[in-house]
Amino acid sequence: MNIELNGLTSEPLRKSAGRDGAETKISIENLEFFYGDNRALHGIDMAIPERRVTAMIGPSGCGKSTLLRVLNRMYDLYPGQRSTGKVMMDGVDILGSAMPAVRLRNRVGMVFQKPTPFPMSIRDNIAFGIKLNENISKAELDERIEWSLAKAALWDEVKDRLNSAATGLSGGQQQRLCIARTIAVKPEVVLLDEPTSALDPISTARIEELIDELKSEFTIVIVTHNMQQAARCSDMTAFFLLGNLVEYNETTKIFTAPQDSRTQDYITGRFG
Amino acid sequence: MTRLERRLLTDRIWRMIATTLAALAIVLLAWILWTVFYRGATALSFSVFTTPTMPPGRHGGLANAIVGTLIQVFLGLIIAAPVGLYAGTYLSELGRGKFADAVRFVNDVLLSAPSILIGLFVYELLVKTTGGFSGFSGAIALAVLILPVVVRATEDMLRLVPGSLREAAFALGATRAQVVTSVLWRAARAGIATGILLAIARAAGETAPLLFTSLGNLSWSFDLTAPMASLPVTIYQYAGSPFDEWVALAWAGALMITVGVLLLNIVSRLVLAPRGKAS
Amino acid sequence: MTATSPNFDVSTSSSASSALTSKHLKDKLFHWGLYGAAAFVLVLLGAIIVLLFKGGFPALQAFGLGFFVSAEWNPVTEQYGAAVMLYGTLVTSVIAMLLAFPASLGIALFLTEVAPVPMRRTIGTAVQLLAAVPSIIFGMWGFFIVSPLMATWVQPVLQAIFGPIPLIGELFSGAPAGTGILTAGLILALMIMPFITAMFVEIFNSVPPVLKEAAYGIGATTTEVFKAVTVPYGRTALVGAVMLGLGRALGETMAVTFVIGNANRIKASLYAPGASIASTIANEFPEAGPGSMKLHALLELGLALFVISFVVLALARWLVRTRIEG
Repeated sequence: MNIELNGLTSEPLRKSAGRDGAETKISIENLEFFYGDNRALHGIDMAIPERRVTAMIGPSGCGKSTLLRVLNRMYDLYPGQRSTGKVMMDGVDILGSAMPAVRLRNRVGMVFQKPTPFPMSIRDNIAFGIKLNENISKAELDERIEWSLAKAALWDEVKDRLNSAATGLSGGQQQRLCIARTIAVKPEVVLLDEPTSALDPISTARIEELIDELKSEFTIVIVTHNMQQAARCSDMTAFFLLGNLVEYNETTKIFTAPQDSRTQDYITGRFG
Repeated sequence: MTRLERRLLTDRIWRMIATTLAALAIVLLAWILWTVFYRGATALSFSVFTTPTMPPGRHGGLANAIVGTLIQVFLGLIIAAPVGLYAGTYLSELGRGKFADAVRFVNDVLLSAPSILIGLFVYELLVKTTGGFSGFSGAIALAVLILPVVVRATEDMLRLVPGSLREAAFALGATRAQVVTSVLWRAARAGIATGILLAIARAAGETAPLLFTSLGNLSWSFDLTAPMASLPVTIYQYAGSPFDEWVALAWAGALMITVGVLLLNIVSRLVLAPRGKAS
Repeated sequence: MTATSPNFDVSTSSSASSALTSKHLKDKLFHWGLYGAAAFVLVLLGAIIVLLFKGGFPALQAFGLGFFVSAEWNPVTEQYGAAVMLYGTLVTSVIAMLLAFPASLGIALFLTEVAPVPMRRTIGTAVQLLAAVPSIIFGMWGFFIVSPLMATWVQPVLQAIFGPIPLIGELFSGAPAGTGILTAGLILALMIMPFITAMFVEIFNSVPPVLKEAAYGIGATTTEVFKAVTVPYGRTALVGAVMLGLGRALGETMAVTFVIGNANRIKASLYAPGASIASTIANEFPEAGPGSMKLHALLELGLALFVISFVVLALARWLVRTRIEG
């Protein structure tokens, strides 16, 4: 146990990233969330830094995925789910009626647990989101497709078969396609909901590398079950338990010197 | 107008079109029901249920047609239901391989085959060979309609029974027959009953297959070897007649059939409802 | 039995094993019962094909393949051809599909994405109830209610709009009688619409929610998600459902018989009365004596209808299955 903990903590220590120098992109203020009568989130206050990777960890049902789905208002699709409080992005409350969900989701992209290729070609998968909001020429579109696929480290693998069905790709490729599709619309924030839980270790490593590269351009929020992953790729880590934000700090601090005994218990594997 | 506004407007327009179409479908259902209820109820009286069909001007009813439909549907059901239950059980419990696939496919074809062809078939099979139209051949035609519904319902419902239940029963040393009859059929009985109710509803409203088999009969007949009246055929004959009295009776019959069929459908839904909520 | 047995032990074991064998015998019989019932389903369809073919064979012999292209249907000269009925069946079904397909798509969109959730079940049930209404009710309603409305309102209006256009105007020419090919197609459309809608709803509901969420997650609107993800995801099954609806329309008897007008001729106008295979069988059967050429001709019509529906249904089932399994 101790050995594992050491191996786990040594890596983030090498990173110099932290809150320093980063502006706050999203500011969550006293957020509560309800599934019908069940309160799933209790008074969350949290500032998500711009162009950093923020990880949310915690046992199943702790509210981390719920919070992620608040950030792009995915819960709007389901009746009986509602939130109170504020989520400010660049000074605008994204939960308010001033922000149409369609507009918000264009600025806050999301990648899901399982790869979700649309039933169309690789090219059309990427083009779908772009065409929704932009009126661009075919040349520009092609350029953007190449840019996003290259960003997602998929271009070399698919450049010869852009017109074949996306469902023919391997799981890891599909997930990178979904990342490419998400960043193709040039969002400001990218939400990743356990993006590697359905993937093999090699694909997982590639995605993690990708996350590290993407943070120079995007604000990234990742939900993960995998503590090593949080330690490896995030700058900030938030630990959730039973709908409460227990501790939120720089990743290095969370994993080396957690302030709360529950965080300590969780990261050392005593429960969860 | 910005691109976003235009997209939201397009979305709203399509939603409105979809809503309008759905509203039209509801209006349609209401319209049909209202017509049937209004015209049927004005023609309906107690004597319609007690008096048989009679020539125009003599205030006939539909009693013989009602009874004829009940007889033929009931007979068709007791012929088809056991076979359908067994065939459906075969498909669910033993149905692997080419033979089972063929049975499944053929059953689907029978399920959707035009019902008038079933009438022609039974005409060739029974009416022509026995030399006359009969209530029995009407019942057989309805049985052919009922069979595939029961097969399908039985297979679907048995497949919903969890495999662990089968294994638990086999583990007690039960034979296949015992597992099926005392565990599986019991576990799936609500679903199978639903299938049978829907099959009855389907058979009770069918006209075409009876035109060439039981033919219709303007007076009382309980003889299965003679032509027998039925509600749908009587409705068909009366609705096309020039006598107002007969047309009114046709609406009364239409009301009975519609209420009966819709009630069977609603009841079958209620039977299945608790299961739907649990899962 | 035990009294005659010299050895008590043997007799008990034999009775136990006889109980066991009887249990096994029962099981075996049950097994054969299941198998036999399944085989019966196959035999039944085989019998339908054989008897229809046998009944129609004399007509096929007398008229050959010309039966399917000849428009003559004359009991006096005993000349029979199926062209009028094939045309009527095809045109009414095509009209029905053209009207029912977009309507079903729209209603299914409403029921799966647009309607408030508590409302979906209620309206969905209502649509399914509409599908359960017997066809003779649709026929009567079509004949007594819809036909007069068609004659006084719809047909003159359509005539005024399309009449002056060359070629298309032909379709809406002639006296607005109410009954006829167009009305038959309309009633058929109303009949199969709930049936197709119910299948569409099932198909749309089987699209993985996460796939739709992914499209919403990029910022697509409800109808954009529907168009780009939901419909393409279910397209094979959707085509299958449409084919099943078509199969129903092709063989529908009572609803069509009431309103098609029953005339053995082909006219360009959709207002003109016509006949479908099923309506002809229903109408002419009472006048076809046993063993007459007319009866053989009707049976051959039946066989033709069977073949057409079989092909359509087989294709539909194949499409629906590949989607569900794939």
